Amino acid sequence: MTADTLSLEKLPSKLQVNDLNFYYGGYHALKNVSMSIPEKCVTAFIGPSGCGKSTLLRTFNRMFELYPEQRAEGQIMMNGENLLTTTMDVGLLRAQIGMVFQKPTPFPMSIYDNIAFGIKLFENLNRTEMEDRVEWALTKAALWNEVKDKLKQSGNGLSGGQQQRLCIARAIAIKPQVLLMDEPCSALDPISTGYIEELITELKKDYTVVIVTHNMQHAARASDFTAYMYLGELIEFGKTDDIFVQPKKKQTEDYITGRFG
Amino acid sequence: MSAVPAMFNPISESNPIYRARRRKNRVLMGVSLAMLIYGLVWLVWILVTLLWESAGALSPTLFTLMTPPPGAKESGGLANPIWGSLLIVSSATAIGTPIGILAGTYLAEFGRGSWLASATRFLNDMLLSTPSIIIGLFIYTVYVAQVRHYSGWAGSFALALIVIPVVVRTTDDMLKLVPNSVREAAIALGCPKWKMVTMVCYRAARAGIMTGVLLAVARISGETAPLVFTALNNQFFSNNMNAPMANLPQVIFQFAMSPFEDWQRLAWGASALITAAVLLLNIVARYILSRSK
Amino acid sequence: MNTATLPNSETRKPVESKTTTIPPAPHARDGSALADTLFTNLTRLAAFVVFSLLAAIFVSLVLGSSKSIMRFGPAFLWTSEWDPVKEQFGALVPIFGTLVTAAIAMVIAVPVSFGIAMFLTELSPKWLKRPLGTAIELLAAIPSIIYGMWGLFVFAPLFSTYVQPLMIKTLGAIPGLGLLFAGAPMGIGMFTAGLILSIMVIPFITAVMRDVFDLVPPMLKESAYGLGGTTWEVMYRVVLPYTKVGVVGGVMLGLGRALGETMAVTFVIGNAYQLSPSLFAPGNSIASALANEFTEARGELHSSALIELGLILFLITSIVLAISKFLLSRLSRDEGARS
Repeated sequence: MTADTLSLEKLPSKLQVNDLNFYYGGYHALKNVSMSIPEKCVTAFIGPSGCGKSTLLRTFNRMFELYPEQRAEGQIMMNGENLLTTTMDVGLLRAQIGMVFQKPTPFPMSIYDNIAFGIKLFENLNRTEMEDRVEWALTKAALWNEVKDKLKQSGNGLSGGQQQRLCIARAIAIKPQVLLMDEPCSALDPISTGYIEELITELKKDYTVVIVTHNMQHAARASDFTAYMYLGELIEFGKTDDIFVQPKKKQTEDYITGRFG
Repeated sequence: MSAVPAMFNPISESNPIYRARRRKNRVLMGVSLAMLIYGLVWLVWILVTLLWESAGALSPTLFTLMTPPPGAKESGGLANPIWGSLLIVSSATAIGTPIGILAGTYLAEFGRGSWLASATRFLNDMLLSTPSIIIGLFIYTVYVAQVRHYSGWAGSFALALIVIPVVVRTTDDMLKLVPNSVREAAIALGCPKWKMVTMVCYRAARAGIMTGVLLAVARISGETAPLVFTALNNQFFSNNMNAPMANLPQVIFQFAMSPFEDWQRLAWGASALITAAVLLLNIVARYILSRSK
Repeated sequence: MNTATLPNSETRKPVESKTTTIPPAPHARDGSALADTLFTNLTRLAAFVVFSLLAAIFVSLVLGSSKSIMRFGPAFLWTSEWDPVKEQFGALVPIFGTLVTAAIAMVIAVPVSFGIAMFLTELSPKWLKRPLGTAIELLAAIPSIIYGMWGLFVFAPLFSTYVQPLMIKTLGAIPGLGLLFAGAPMGIGMFTAGLILSIMVIPFITAVMRDVFDLVPPMLKESAYGLGGTTWEVMYRVVLPYTKVGVVGGVMLGLGRALGETMAVTFVIGNAYQLSPSLFAPGNSIASALANEFTEARGELHSSALIELGLILFLITSIVLAISKFLLSRLSRDEGARS
């Protein structure tokens, strides 16, 4: 499946955002954002710092709720439920929507336990099942060959790029439906970045991937759809090729061609 | 790559593992709240007791009359120990503060990276937490035992040793917060180093250092153990720092343990005075620090 | 924040420049050069005074206790007899009392402090965080003699009337463990001393725990929440392992306090030279023995033995505090390396 054969309207939507507003205390950070994020595709959010792209991402798994002064209003529909108002426990919600952060965040435990941590939260697997699952997740994150002999060692001993793949493996080990990535390569060197980009292309076979990036080449290479945001508003959203080749709005064009930002 | 293995969806409200976890979490969060309440209950209980018990003791005569002799018919006051405490605490502060500020200055300004500074910082932190009764014992062996009498000075020396590490620590911390650009700017004007430190750095760190001094005063105001075998006690009003001197903590210690109800009431009164002073100093210190930020 | 008593900045990263010394002014006049030298050396002298204080304390205590050390030798540590009339002195009872009361204090204070610190970092609404933190810190500011008096006059009578008989009836009936809770409900004794000590050290341990928990990168916590973890799981399985060195340092700091606390213990421990397995029995601690007996010591040997007790206390607390300091500094260094 390539982006050429896709069009936003025809694809089944995984996350449907309607009139989303977000506030940091009194600051209005997202203004009436509406968009449809298609299933099993890579959607990239781009825009200058402070435009609200990370904020938008963090509403999808209600991570903002950890901070009492932040609140969101509107609708984020997934599988027919509004994630913002659902009675479903936030723990279950987050298990369905995995997240990878700007910096690698291995837990202070072994590589194996890093992966097993999330699985044990929801499933009671016996030893072999667990080993299989850990291997599966690490393989999926293209890390298995590098760490299979040191699963009992601390995750902190890995290189930055390996740590980030460990975090991806940890997120997909509990089989979420959506994978959120908040500038996952911003702390990595170009080679590790290349690995992760390849990995993202692989992952979209099974997951809906939403990625925030400030690297436009990265967005152009790795994503199927791109949303350009500015000052809390969604300026333009469409197929990545269209956005980068013939943006409809002048603002988008200015940003992409580097005349702005 | 393998596809996602098909299996039952564990991500559902009916998942027993998940339900057990959520229940455990609720219980433990309840316990966490209970712990907080447990801590606060003691605080409130102690403060309420103090208010209640000292209500009968707090009167103007508390500040005008001397402590009564054993078995006295008429009730007494706390004038001599209040005065003694003020003398001892203020001279301890006067002795400890300059030493503390100078040593802290060395740590932050002149000794950066030197072995003396890092060793002193480590030892100072240990001194900060050394039991105060050990400090009293130290002053007893090096001072009281040599001059062969208890005295207000001995008490001041002991308390000064408690003031010093507190002031060293805050001076060091607060001077480190002064940005280097400020120092460089002063040096660039041709200002000698000692002037840079005293006129520029001290001024920038003033609020913080003052907070440290106030907290040190708060801490020594209630210290009892180091005075037990240094300042001892005195039943009479005295200005002579070279002789045993009455002070509030000792009065509490002696009178509380006594069988006379009158004495016990005075002990409660003294406790309320000290606690009020200590809490007030703490609050003022916090206020100064928060205002300076 | 009460820096006088709570070393909250223990784990703070120092703001240090790359240059460690500041070059002297190029055309400093001779007068200011002299003033500079004087001032620098004055501060160095003050630092040296602070530097030598601990050693001075150690030496003076050794000298002060030399008579007792010569007379009783190492057996002082494990002899339980303490008889000023016959001039027989052994430190076992006060050492035992010091360790037992401190242990009781830690058993109670550590979980309570963790609970409070967890509430303050993860559960508390923002507007409540500061007042609650301040209230807990005020608990640390109350002079210890107030705790002692309150313990003797208010807590002990209530405890002996209502709680202690119940504990003796229930816990005391358990075979084996029951020995710890046997005896008469007197109110005062080692358990009461330990309990009051625990209230006194809770603010210290809580403050350190809260400060090191605040050092945990929010992203790490978010990663654990992002997998669907509950607050407890995030705290216990991610935050606590990440900060364990600092937490242990804080606990050791509290332990140092509990071991050396004098006035609160003196009022309620009972001041009896007896060894008993029961926590409800009266005992003695090093600090309270010093506070009670030192000014009334009969003869030099008695004084000397008491000073030796002080020396033992000084050594125990110094070791505990050095470990605490080492662990806390390691945490802040690791933290510096990680970020």
